[in-house]
Amino acid sequence: MSATAEFLDASVRSATPLLLAALGETVSEKAGVINVGLEGAIIVGCLTGLAAATALGPAGALLAAGAAGVLMAVVFAVVAIGLAADQIITGTAITMLGLGLTGTAYRVLYGEAGAALSAPTLAPIGIPVLQDIPFVGSALFRQPPPTYLAALLVPAVWWWLYRSRSGLSLRATGENPAAARSSGVSPRVVQTQAVLFGGLCGGLAGGTLVLAQVGTFAEGMSAGRGFVAIAIVALGRWNPIGAAMAALLFGMASALQFLFQALDLALPYQLFLALPYVLTLMALAVTRGRYAAPAALGARASTAT
Amino acid sequence: MVRRLARPLLEPALALILSLAVLTGLLAVSGYSVSESLSALWRGAFGSWSVIASGTLVRATPLLFAGLAVAIAFRAGILNIGAEGQLLAGASTATAVAMVVSPTWGMAGLVLALLAGAVAGGLWAGIAALLRLRFGVLEVISTIMLNVVMLHLTGLLVRGPLQEPTGTFPQSALIDAALRLPRLVPGTRLHAGVLLAVLCAIGAAWFLRETAPGFRLRMTGANPRAAASAGGIDVRRVTLAAFIASGAVAGLGGAVEVAGVTYALYENLSPGYGYTAIAVALLARLNPTAAIGSAVVFGALEAGASAMQRDAQVPAGMVGVVEACVILVLLASEWIAGRAGGWATLNRGGTPDGRSPDTGSTSDSPVAAAPR
Repeated sequence: MSATAEFLDASVRSATPLLLAALGETVSEKAGVINVGLEGAIIVGCLTGLAAATALGPAGALLAAGAAGVLMAVVFAVVAIGLAADQIITGTAITMLGLGLTGTAYRVLYGEAGAALSAPTLAPIGIPVLQDIPFVGSALFRQPPPTYLAALLVPAVWWWLYRSRSGLSLRATGENPAAARSSGVSPRVVQTQAVLFGGLCGGLAGGTLVLAQVGTFAEGMSAGRGFVAIAIVALGRWNPIGAAMAALLFGMASALQFLFQALDLALPYQLFLALPYVLTLMALAVTRGRYAAPAALGARASTAT
Repeated sequence: MVRRLARPLLEPALALILSLAVLTGLLAVSGYSVSESLSALWRGAFGSWSVIASGTLVRATPLLFAGLAVAIAFRAGILNIGAEGQLLAGASTATAVAMVVSPTWGMAGLVLALLAGAVAGGLWAGIAALLRLRFGVLEVISTIMLNVVMLHLTGLLVRGPLQEPTGTFPQSALIDAALRLPRLVPGTRLHAGVLLAVLCAIGAAWFLRETAPGFRLRMTGANPRAAASAGGIDVRRVTLAAFIASGAVAGLGGAVEVAGVTYALYENLSPGYGYTAIAVALLARLNPTAAIGSAVVFGALEAGASAMQRDAQVPAGMVGVVEACVILVLLASEWIAGRAGGWATLNRGGTPDGRSPDTGSTSDSPVAAAPR
């Protein structure tokens, strides 16, 4: 593979879990709920993916990972929506919970040293003809199934949010819960559904990391992807298509390190590790005002239902 | 009257008891001996005077600094999740200063290093403040990203400019003995930094309760719109100052950790003090004086967890679960107590202030609409 093709391939690879997580978070934030606990859903998805892989096979394990993400979202929903607690603080606790639980469970399940386990992984599926296109062929059309899933989810989520009736209720809830309620929509039900979808996507993102990329688990391997996904949602202006572009951008920034390694530049690798985060912050600063967050984002659920 | 006095203690106590129950359940489910594990936890936290001094109190010190940082920010309505990065910024800068100044400076050099740490923490938080005030970037997102950036920067420093002379290990050289914080109790690791942390807590409590700027900070946190319109408070200025002050306290905590405990800069200097700090601040109900007690509780938990891992092979990650449970139980008890808005500072409900930071253009938001 040429350096360019390899760079594009790495970009798409880094972007896939981020996009999955960001799509779920887009839906959740469109309903007015910011879930900082996404990181917790991802890491729990990672460990569940590994644990279920031998029994269920990689595809079944991916689903199990999604289900585990939903479970984390349930805890978040109970506290942040049911008990109307602060979303950010609840989310932070959920992330700590996920990191703590997986760190503990991993050692309990696989022993003190955490023996290097490898899970069966989902092999890349090449799409005939298209995968042979120079440069972009293998990056776009020779990927493991979760990448295609993420790509298909982009138009699906867009259609759901902007063309379906339930999508309209969801957006209305995120803009003005009181008005949504008076038109017969229950904000709590809608927000809970949106958060559970977000958890599902977060779990799938974690499962993708283990089952389509790394092939094993390490403590804290989610490495802040949940937070990056939240930044991507803002960068993508709360739109699934925007999220896809932002995720790809971040993926490319992460993949730069491979490109520069190929170019043999003597720059410390920590710079490249930090670069995507710096770029994201700068992009967020530059695009301010040109996008709008849902008006009621982060609002505590009204207790007077 | 009794109820009014009892409640502030009752809820945190309840949260702790429930969380320890969760820990017990987890231990049992995971197949560890509950009695052996819990007695190891107790011995590691409070088993002897020397354990209390070298373990619990030494661990509580950075937690108190970071917890104060979180409490100050939250009281001002700023969700600073960046204490971790600000702490590392302080630790890195203090180390750099300690490498540069001559050991003959002694106490003056130490003070300079600590001050530099506080300034660095404040500046690092200032970036997030600037991003929020000028560019409308949610501080939750920016502070978390800045944490990651600072972690990598620290990794860069200990492999580059600040690496120890032999160039083998990813850490800095030891700082000179003359620039270290003195030990308080001979034979233990307890250092003077713990006094500094307590002074900080008392100072913060006095500042918030007794001074005019402290009042403005609390008003801004409670309701920025009312603070601006009725109180004539420059909400943007208060937000900037509070953010920087919060970062400075966390940065000082990092500097103290280097000057009092590690004597060198390491990449993994902080095992997540900045995140545990959120639990510390919440358990103290954002009260700086109460944070002293709350930091000791979590310091004990962390020291005990190390002992539990050593003596009963229980993964230390379990403490993270307990910390998360403390936060969740406190959030739930707030609801059970049925006091909507009881925690005025945490009740950012419905962005009542009209603050939707990402739009940056909401006309009725004093934060966004104030002249630049």
